[in-house]
Amino acid sequence: MSEFSDLYQDQILDHQKNPRNFGELAGANHHADGFNPLCGDKISLNLKVDAKGIIEDIKFKGSGCAISKASASMMTVALKGKKSGEAEKIFHQFHDMVMGKSAKTPAELGKLKVFAGVREFPARVKCASLAWHTMEAALHDKQEVVTTDDGIKE
Amino acid sequence: MKTKVKNQKTLQPKAATFNVRKVRKDFPILKQKVHGKTLVYLDNAATTQKPLAVIEAMDTYYREYNSNIHRGLHLLSEKATGAYEAVRVKVQKFLNAKESREIIFTRGTTEGINLVAQTWGRQNVGAGDEIIVTTMEHHSNIVPWQMLCGEKGAQLKVAPINDAGELMVDELKKLFTRQTKLLSITHVSNALGTINPLAEITSFAHSKGVKVLVDGAQAVPHLTADVQKMDCDFYVFSGHKVYGPTGVGVLFGRYSLLETMPPWQGGGDMILSVTFEKTIYSKPPNKFEAGTPAIAEVIGLGAALDYVAKIGLANIAAHENSLLEYGTRKLLEIPRLKLIGTAGHKAGVLSFTLGDIHPHDIGTIVDRQGVAIRVGHHCAQPVMDRFQIPATARASLALYNTRGEIDALAKAVRKAKEVFE
Repeated sequence: MSEFSDLYQDQILDHQKNPRNFGELAGANHHADGFNPLCGDKISLNLKVDAKGIIEDIKFKGSGCAISKASASMMTVALKGKKSGEAEKIFHQFHDMVMGKSAKTPAELGKLKVFAGVREFPARVKCASLAWHTMEAALHDKQEVVTTDDGIKE
Repeated sequence: MKTKVKNQKTLQPKAATFNVRKVRKDFPILKQKVHGKTLVYLDNAATTQKPLAVIEAMDTYYREYNSNIHRGLHLLSEKATGAYEAVRVKVQKFLNAKESREIIFTRGTTEGINLVAQTWGRQNVGAGDEIIVTTMEHHSNIVPWQMLCGEKGAQLKVAPINDAGELMVDELKKLFTRQTKLLSITHVSNALGTINPLAEITSFAHSKGVKVLVDGAQAVPHLTADVQKMDCDFYVFSGHKVYGPTGVGVLFGRYSLLETMPPWQGGGDMILSVTFEKTIYSKPPNKFEAGTPAIAEVIGLGAALDYVAKIGLANIAAHENSLLEYGTRKLLEIPRLKLIGTAGHKAGVLSFTLGDIHPHDIGTIVDRQGVAIRVGHHCAQPVMDRFQIPATARASLALYNTRGEIDALAKAVRKAKEVFE
């Protein structure tokens, strides 16, 4: 068990089993779809951002592995009530953490720090970051489906 | 009667001569540890490991007679040309083709199918015509035909499979019409392991005047592919799935068809004479082998086929079938494990799901225990859709696998259950 507890932390398993903010969002004004063609993970993300740029509500739907599902769920919890600018900042910090780019994990990431173990599993980085890329696309109202395929097969 | 007995004899595995421990010593890569655990390589449907004989044959070519073929008069070139062309004859025997000029070297199965689609297909398929494939095809036997149909205004029809993953042959037969030009079908399914009854199918297709291409990528490492017996018009496979190197594959084509087909790529080695007014093409197979081919890889493929012949396909099949049976039993002992692909006639593949656990999570956990399997849609998304699953975990067998390795797989899969349940 211990060899996997870095990746599959209790909180991740909990969010995987009981995803938060899962389902439809009435009155959403930002939307994007994400797709990982390598493993078939799919996410559909809806946000309701108010006039001041605050994420009033955020919900997701989709299917995927434990990492991608838990990441989407914990992202929605972390971003609710945040300004969109802050959300993007957290995204970049999160991305650097799972890519192993940051020497020290910023304290602002809070509970999201449980994903730090992903850096030891390079094949799973895309699973952890799919929801976040989709969120960024939604905030920028990008029409195209977000994919983790950059044209180079792993 | 006499010949029958003799045939049976040749198909009987010489069990005493097959020793898996001895065989494993031929594959240097298998000795290593991954993540601190002994490597258990069960991703053979993706690619097989290479025996020393293959590695050494390629090494020797580069060290001792590296040279371009079909053009030099010097000694090295003659030696390289001889070695390259000798493999064509080996492949001819391997597939039991009538003539060696029916054997074309390609980059792999995918290129073989694209070659046929872009030459024979563009010449023979027109608006309103139909091409039939099956639900169990790999993407490489779907997309080239979709591209051709899109270009020509032709239609792609799909034969269904049942819940066991077997082709519904009667339904397939109903799809044939006067407009049908080609049936392109896999010999063995990469995602399910199903072996298709090709002789029956090709005979039916030919009675309707329909040509048949067989994708043999997953078949040739496990069973005898006799192109005369199955009477197919085209047969394609990849070297790297039958213990050879990547970058080389084979297209078998009936010579009368190859002769009428236009060339595919233009360039050197596929011409008789070139002027700016007119170019005269070579005859097959050269017509379809423009440019300098993968010489070392072809030589490596030859060594791989020699290796397989030395061990004996019948021995390999017997060993793998016994492992498949054992693996089926061991995996089904795991609660909530479901095998995807339970055809009566099956080769080398154990594809499964495990309760609600996503195959990607299974893959990560078994990998850390040294067990290499494939997780995902296996480039066969229509198969996944048919079973309404996003992906499967797939263990696939080769001649060097052991019962101990199946036990390691089962143990690793149980570990995944522990983490998630």
